[in-house]
Amino acid sequence: MNMLWNLAMKELRDGLRNRWIAAAIIVLGTLALVLSMLGSAPTGSIRASALDITVISLASLSVYLIPLIALMLSFDALVGEFERGTMMLLLTYPVTRWQVIMGKFLGHVSILFIAIFAGYGGAILIMILLNEGITEGWQAYGVMMASSLVLGAIFIALGYLVSVSVKERATAAGAAIGLWLVFVVLYDLMLFGALLLDQSQVIGQELFSALMLASPTDAYRILNLSLFEGVSQAAGIAGVASGAGLSNVLLVVVMLLWVIVPLASTLLLFQRREL
Amino acid sequence: MVELDTVSGNVISLQSVSKQYGKETVVRNVDLNVQAGECVVLVGHNGAGKTTLMKLMLGLTRPTSGLVEVLGGNPAFNAAVAKHKTLGYLPESVAFYEAMTGREVLRFYARLKGVANHDCEKLLALVGLGDASRRRVGTYSKGMRQRLGLAQAMLGDPQLLFLDEPTTGLDPLLRHHFYELIDGLHKDGATSIISSHALNEVEARADRFIIMKSGVVVASGTLDDLYQQAALPVRLKISVMPGEAGSVAERLGSGVSIGKVNNQSLNLSCINEEKMPLIRRITELGDVVCDLQISPPRLDEVYSHFMSQGASS
Repeated sequence: MNMLWNLAMKELRDGLRNRWIAAAIIVLGTLALVLSMLGSAPTGSIRASALDITVISLASLSVYLIPLIALMLSFDALVGEFERGTMMLLLTYPVTRWQVIMGKFLGHVSILFIAIFAGYGGAILIMILLNEGITEGWQAYGVMMASSLVLGAIFIALGYLVSVSVKERATAAGAAIGLWLVFVVLYDLMLFGALLLDQSQVIGQELFSALMLASPTDAYRILNLSLFEGVSQAAGIAGVASGAGLSNVLLVVVMLLWVIVPLASTLLLFQRREL
Repeated sequence: MVELDTVSGNVISLQSVSKQYGKETVVRNVDLNVQAGECVVLVGHNGAGKTTLMKLMLGLTRPTSGLVEVLGGNPAFNAAVAKHKTLGYLPESVAFYEAMTGREVLRFYARLKGVANHDCEKLLALVGLGDASRRRVGTYSKGMRQRLGLAQAMLGDPQLLFLDEPTTGLDPLLRHHFYELIDGLHKDGATSIISSHALNEVEARADRFIIMKSGVVVASGTLDDLYQQAALPVRLKISVMPGEAGSVAERLGSGVSIGKVNNQSLNLSCINEEKMPLIRRITELGDVVCDLQISPPRLDEVYSHFMSQGASS
């Protein structure tokens, strides 16, 4: 445990040193603050609080931003150390390879934790201070922050998988961008494209639900937009998730599996990797 | 003390170890046993397989065939990792986290080995980085990085040291200082594997040499063993009374190769077995011989000899 702590602290210090944490807090905080301010206007007559509207906007934008930040943190984590030669020296110390991976993971997730909770949390605190009636809907906001952290953890794990699989940092950078494009942009487009073309309705509801879960960003989106009534009403997708057979527990399990599977695969590949 | 492999009594044991990268064999059928307290020096050209051999012993890479045992276990297994507390490694071109200061780097590694911070300060001062320890490693010169590399290799008074070209980039004073530090660890019973091109530096310190060429061990043993295996001639230089060089050369007779002769001195060479009879004959010449100097073959000559012989020897 002590070894994990040492390795995680090193990553965290690196994050502080190279201003990663500061930059991420500013980006996420500004985004949350602007969206909260804009979100407090158009609540209208539906049963949605200003925070619910903010959750919809923030969750939609976090789907783009959080994976990007997570991949930028992680794509270089292993291949960079292989290339520079620091991994070789590190592994001659009394640390196992799984400790190296888990230590880095804990460190990088901690960086995201600070960025998300300071950025999003800080913004909402400011909003609460400025506007007393805004606290309604805080649960949805809390779930959005927690699930954003899990989304970040997913893309950190995917970044590691890329990082351990390639030989050069440039390849890892390219693969990370590809991963982001596929999961954040292209996958949904392809899915909707397939639905549009599917005139004979080969894609049934079950297959469609399964396909949605094959993308971690969709699981995150559905979870945030459907978990709380106020949010789902405002988002106009009330009952979509339950109608699609996607329970909240299933969504959480799927998201956790999206963390565990790439992380375990990274560990296996790293165990076999020769330096 | 270093934990021994209970079966063989060796700290390091390599049996028929080969390593292939793709179709290229970089280490071929190497057998090596190292006992506690020994200083073994690996010599060979760049690409001879020395670094790969070290990586195999450190568990950083696995053999394609053969057995590697270090401190009684397979170094590539996680179970062996705890034993790395007693191990120090200095890679050939040591790399550190550039954004960290020298002190932060050393403290990071020290924590992994459970070494106290004040020991880091001592080591930094010892390698002459006390003043530069608050600077980022990215600003360090090659020599300074090497010194930091030495400091990290010596964390926790290691009992088994792997030093790959350790004095590259060090000035002569620091080289001397470095070997003093290594000698100190040897006195405490440490075992070391050193890869080096600086043969004159390691000649006096090594208990044993392993000469490698194209992944094969072409010769191994103590310096004396290598002299005998190489059968290189011993050189003698005698100074004689003025004008006597010619007559002395005639009287020494056969079995001696007589090189440069001038009025007052002769350069001789003979095989090792002929050395003592020749010295006796020289002393029998009486007062006509003023001085006698004997030069055994140097390690670089032995090295050149084995290198020129090819991998088949």
